[in-house]
Amino acid sequence: MHTQYRPGLHRYAFATAVATLLLLVAGGLVTSNDAGLSVPDWPLSYGSLFPPMVGGIVYEHSHRMIATLVGLMTIGLVVWVGRTEHRAWVRRLAYAALALVILQGVLGGLTVLFYLPRPISIAHATMAQIFFTLVAALALFTSRWWLTAAPLPATEASRQTEKFALWTALTILVQLILGAAYRHGWLGITPHLLGAGAVLVATSWTGRLVRQAAPAVAMVTRLRILLSSLVGTQILLGLGAWWAVVRNQQALQPLPEMVWLTVAHLACGALTLATATLLWLALRRVTASRAVDETGLRTAIYPSALQEGGRQ
Amino acid sequence: MKAHVLLILLSAILAFGSLGCGKKEETPTTAPETPAAGKTVDPATAGTISGIVKFTGTPPPPVRLRMDADAACARLHRGPVTVREVETGANGGLARVVVYVKEGLEGYTFPPATEAIELDQEGCMYQPRVLAVRTGQPIEIVNSDDTTHNIHPIPKVNREWNRSQPPRGEKIVDSFARQEVAIPVKCNIHPWMQAYIAVIAHPYFQVTGEAGTFELKNLPPGTYTLEAWHEKLGTTTQQVTLGPNETKTVEFVFQGS
Ligand SMILES: [Cu+2]
Repeated sequence: MHTQYRPGLHRYAFATAVATLLLLVAGGLVTSNDAGLSVPDWPLSYGSLFPPMVGGIVYEHSHRMIATLVGLMTIGLVVWVGRTEHRAWVRRLAYAALALVILQGVLGGLTVLFYLPRPISIAHATMAQIFFTLVAALALFTSRWWLTAAPLPATEASRQTEKFALWTALTILVQLILGAAYRHGWLGITPHLLGAGAVLVATSWTGRLVRQAAPAVAMVTRLRILLSSLVGTQILLGLGAWWAVVRNQQALQPLPEMVWLTVAHLACGALTLATATLLWLALRRVTASRAVDETGLRTAIYPSALQEGGRQ
Repeated sequence: MKAHVLLILLSAILAFGSLGCGKKEETPTTAPETPAAGKTVDPATAGTISGIVKFTGTPPPPVRLRMDADAACARLHRGPVTVREVETGANGGLARVVVYVKEGLEGYTFPPATEAIELDQEGCMYQPRVLAVRTGQPIEIVNSDDTTHNIHPIPKVNREWNRSQPPRGEKIVDSFARQEVAIPVKCNIHPWMQAYIAVIAHPYFQVTGEAGTFELKNLPPGTYTLEAWHEKLGTTTQQVTLGPNETKTVEFVFQGS
């Protein structure tokens, strides 16, 4: 019962992740343009599927339409995975993604019907990031690399690295929640600034550990470099967005530079969380002692690697 | 597997539940807060507090609005549209200040205000920008534009609502039950649209014009805290004691930077 690489499924999962990133941008545009309540009803928009597309309605209705597309793509992913996937845990994760996207739609609707209650807006923003990361992980799990990578000997140091990578991803998640809490007026900027420091330290340290201790695998290296580039970009975008948000407080309508900097910061944040999570998963994947369970491949395929892994 | 199916079902139920809640929220609950029958004003002893609200310093420059997000709005204006948040008159008077009796009228009852006050949407701007009404007084919201607006008051102590109004659509009539100075009102389709509705539990209030003057007539004798509220400059208060048939003059000064 081993899983073979299905390029179609992998590309589809990847496309779903791309569509989800687009959806995050659309959702960020709604918040930045203060357009969340430009359509007072939900699930219909002005009692129809095609409201007048002017002003804030453009953002809110586009967000709803892209969300519908992502919802349908997720259903497609569940059907495809359900039919072809032998790894039960991958099937379960696909179902979890569907549950998340439905819950996310409901949360979005609640923000409209209850006039943007802060906890629901923050939950909606956080779940969006988690959903994106989950779909990106599904794209990784269905990739050729995941299915064919040879496990390498695990060492105490590589296990430490793996654990630290997980903590880094969780730190980034907390930081995203703090960011959403600032954006929706629940908390001030200070926790988010402290969080940025924590993320910078965590990612730098993870990068160091990965360079020193993790097996030299191209995928891991790529993710490590991507993660540090994203964190650097994200800090610059964050400072820019903060400046623009403060400036915007005196303005009578959303300033374009505020809109684009905040949305870019949000999208880069999503990419950072997904990359850190994928780095952790990739590290897990190449650690020999676990590799077999992870892929669902038969143990017989990599006997030498297993022996090597068990030797230390 | 089963757990996930359950989760999906639960989400669906939640979705339905929330729809129901949304509907319920629409029912207006506009009964004004009427205190138990109390004192009434005796016109034989009533007096007047009049005065002026002034602004010293340089008012911030007018801000230009970008209406390009909706062609129907941009079309309604020839030149650039600007807003002066701090609007002053020739004599240093400050416009759009709500002056009202904040404290000192406890225990009085007043006949309810039934005459409707209009809030128009014209050229994708609210007209007027600052409005003062009594608790329970009907506010008629009119859309004179060829575009859709949504009207979204964001109160702190009153009931929040958000309704859309089609181009030149039917009037929306609503009121606020509790005193609140002042409730910001927004249109989320046109984020530059901004109005403020001051809701006051008695008839002693006025919104200043460019001259900055106000006059509160027919006030019973007593000691009052008067407050002047401005959308950008905040509030200032003054204590005034009014004897029988007395007329007092008060000056409020807002300092600019
Ligand atoms: Cu409008």
